[in-house]
Amino acid sequence: MTRLDAKIPEGELEKKWSNYQAKSNLINPANKRKLKVIVVGSGLAGAGAAATMAELGYQVECFCYQDSPRRAHSVAAQGGINACKNYQHDGDSVWRMFYDTLKGGDFRSREANVYRLAQLSAPLIDHFAAQGVPFAREYGGTLANRSFGGVQVERTFYARGQTGQQLLVAAYSQLSKMVEAKKVTMHTRHEMLELVVTDGKASGIITRNLITGEIEAHNAHAVVLATGGYSRVFRLSTLAIGCNGSAIWRAHKKGAFMAGPSFTQIHPTALPQSSDSQSKLTLMSESLRNDGRIWVPKNKDDKRDPSLIQEEDRDYYLERRYPSFGNLAPRDISSRAAKERIDAGHGVGPLRNAVYLDFKDAINRLGLKVIKDRYGNLFDMYKKITGIDAYKSPMLISPAAHFSMGGLWVDYELMTTIPGLYAIGECNYSDHGANRLGANSLLQASIDGYFILPNTINNYLSSAIKNDPPKSDAPEFTEAKSQVEQRISRLLEIKGSKTVDHFHRDLGHIMWQECSMSRNEAGLKKAIIDIKKLKEEFWSDVKITGHDKELNQELEKGLRLADFIELAILMCEDALERNESCGAHFREEFQTPEGEALRDDSQFSYVSAWEFINENEFKLHKEQLNFEFVKPTVRSYK
Amino acid sequence: MRVNFKIWRQESHQEEGSFKDYSVDNITSDMSLLEALDYLNETLVLKDEKVVAFDYDCREGICGQCGIFVNGRAHGPHDNTTTCQVHMRSFEDGQTIVLEPWRARAFPIVKDLIVDRSALDRIIQKNGYITVKTGGAGEANSILVAKKDADKAMDAAACIGCGACIATCKNSSASLFTAAKINHLDHLPQGKLETNERVMAMVSQMELENFGSCSFTGACEIECPQSISITEIARMNNLFLKAKLTKE
Repeated sequence: MTRLDAKIPEGELEKKWSNYQAKSNLINPANKRKLKVIVVGSGLAGAGAAATMAELGYQVECFCYQDSPRRAHSVAAQGGINACKNYQHDGDSVWRMFYDTLKGGDFRSREANVYRLAQLSAPLIDHFAAQGVPFAREYGGTLANRSFGGVQVERTFYARGQTGQQLLVAAYSQLSKMVEAKKVTMHTRHEMLELVVTDGKASGIITRNLITGEIEAHNAHAVVLATGGYSRVFRLSTLAIGCNGSAIWRAHKKGAFMAGPSFTQIHPTALPQSSDSQSKLTLMSESLRNDGRIWVPKNKDDKRDPSLIQEEDRDYYLERRYPSFGNLAPRDISSRAAKERIDAGHGVGPLRNAVYLDFKDAINRLGLKVIKDRYGNLFDMYKKITGIDAYKSPMLISPAAHFSMGGLWVDYELMTTIPGLYAIGECNYSDHGANRLGANSLLQASIDGYFILPNTINNYLSSAIKNDPPKSDAPEFTEAKSQVEQRISRLLEIKGSKTVDHFHRDLGHIMWQECSMSRNEAGLKKAIIDIKKLKEEFWSDVKITGHDKELNQELEKGLRLADFIELAILMCEDALERNESCGAHFREEFQTPEGEALRDDSQFSYVSAWEFINENEFKLHKEQLNFEFVKPTVRSYK
Repeated sequence: MRVNFKIWRQESHQEEGSFKDYSVDNITSDMSLLEALDYLNETLVLKDEKVVAFDYDCREGICGQCGIFVNGRAHGPHDNTTTCQVHMRSFEDGQTIVLEPWRARAFPIVKDLIVDRSALDRIIQKNGYITVKTGGAGEANSILVAKKDADKAMDAAACIGCGACIATCKNSSASLFTAAKINHLDHLPQGKLETNERVMAMVSQMELENFGSCSFTGACEIECPQSISITEIARMNNLFLKAKLTKE
């Protein structure tokens, strides 16, 4: 398929990015001032891109749905950011980081992209240090590192347990600098509801002012989406409540391909759902698995207090099934194993949806003080949320939907299949393949926004200079506006009998059962039928009060859910099509006798890129992955 | 459990607001306060009423978007927490829970419990950053930062920008918020170079935005979800004085 040209530059892996930069088009400063770029989203990717492009001289319009760009969900990342500085002198290198990331993604991403990610990681740390990020330091004043899952070197930089917050605050402060310089116009509490395409090129967006409800048209020479992940499709996730897939879904319906949409990372150690009205699953650091033992009662429906359940009645299922890794089995394995036990009726907690993470043995072995030193803040946080003292009683944990590896298909320049439309950060499919390594998400978002996009967008904009976008009152904008207005009034006029949250719970339930940690053909086919039915019910029976020309949070939720429902169908189609197991995508039919994922490189060594044809109808395009520099191997945990 | 919410309802900044009572059954003690409001809102939708507007996003205490005055305290009955981290077990069965928006001249009410905190963004826009361009950074380890300085910078940088310090202050002073940013950057060699301009610009913007003055009651540090200390304000005043005296 010729439409999927990844535009990978010529040459050796090490030289591809510099070769690209040497040959891409430049724009003189006087002309940059005449070019307008829209950035949707103000997280690490969006704020970094908006600030940097403004520094370069473009006129930037930046949009976010929150009340301030500083709220974007990059803020919540705790652990850290990877970079191969090799400060620890432990043998790290660009190559090693490249290989770890490619392998972590189960060889479902492009070599050239991943190599560039590793290459640019070291200068990114310099950049953040210069912006005033208070990274952890050694006593001598140099930067400190810690280790993180899936790698054997210490390459993670951090700022206490608030690394995402500190990087985002730095990006926000640089964005504020350019707002003050009048190079960026910031539109807070604005949500993108449509993409406008003119002559096949992105020419602007339609937004809703979330305070007044006004539908506005904004034109630009290029549009950049930096809208983050869409795991709220499961409703319960580690994401912020407002995170949504609407911007990328609107772009998809206007011609941008979606790649690997079903690739979702499920995190094994979140706090379980405690009631049906719960809105959010809080993450507990994975480090707890270093000393905690995971178990469930051997007997189904054993409702005794955990302290009364004797050793012989406990099933330490990770230790039993994966004796070599035990409680430290990788994220996808641990999550799947927990789901299997819960589904088999061994779940614990009030909703029987959790497993125990028990520190009793560790406390006996190491003493209470050592455990307090290591994990005190996490035990405090656990108590704050659940009211339970985990020093006395085991923690209840449960897997939770977390990161979207899937997203809009982008080429080496981070441009989607719509010319002039770019996708950066978590909302694209680029570097993580079928599974993301810890501490690589902040990295990818920052590098896309600060370093890559500002260097690639000029290649497109250099020709846009002769080609101004239509005015924001041109027919295509008024038409797009009226389509949005119609969608809103249609939604408000249903006046059915069920709330938006009611439908969201149903959608989340279907997706969690059939399209999360383990999938199978029959389940996915049923899910597609069920979601289509849900879609009809939603559009005939949802009830939203209030009107459109006011701050109306029910309407906001309703519009987002309408898009989530459609996206969910594509996610199931994608999972159904891929008859193999790779990374986070585990198809029950494709596993080894020991229950390991069975990847099929002979048939599935491609990125699935889906084209929107019609409502509920998608066409698959394949971007073959060519491994010129490494040989894909089996990702083994034995 | 059953609770009686007494909630401030106000259609918009232009209109008058008032308290309205809502009695809610079937609340469970492990719900967060915001989830109890979600629950209330679902019942309101089914009764054909408009939902209570309130701000939230991450619901894990770090984004800073939520903020409700609960029974007379910013972010509810506990010290150093955010509203999203308050759970219903903190209240008694049958208790009346009064919910109000942040009250400050600089925070106009947008709707119900939502206020406009853009004044805080405008303070940051006045030099609340280091003037450096993407691409211009040297090797990170070429500038050493003593661990104690990095730690102090981090203590101040932890601010989540929620505005609880202002809401709880009888003068509606933004001193703790402003001081946190000034001190975060001043503790680092990268940021120190611009301290004089920064402290003058940020303090003057703070005054322009109609925030009050600090009278050191210490209320702010009790409500700050990140436990930022009131000593940050003393340090800011010190830097301000120095900047003023050494001007030109």
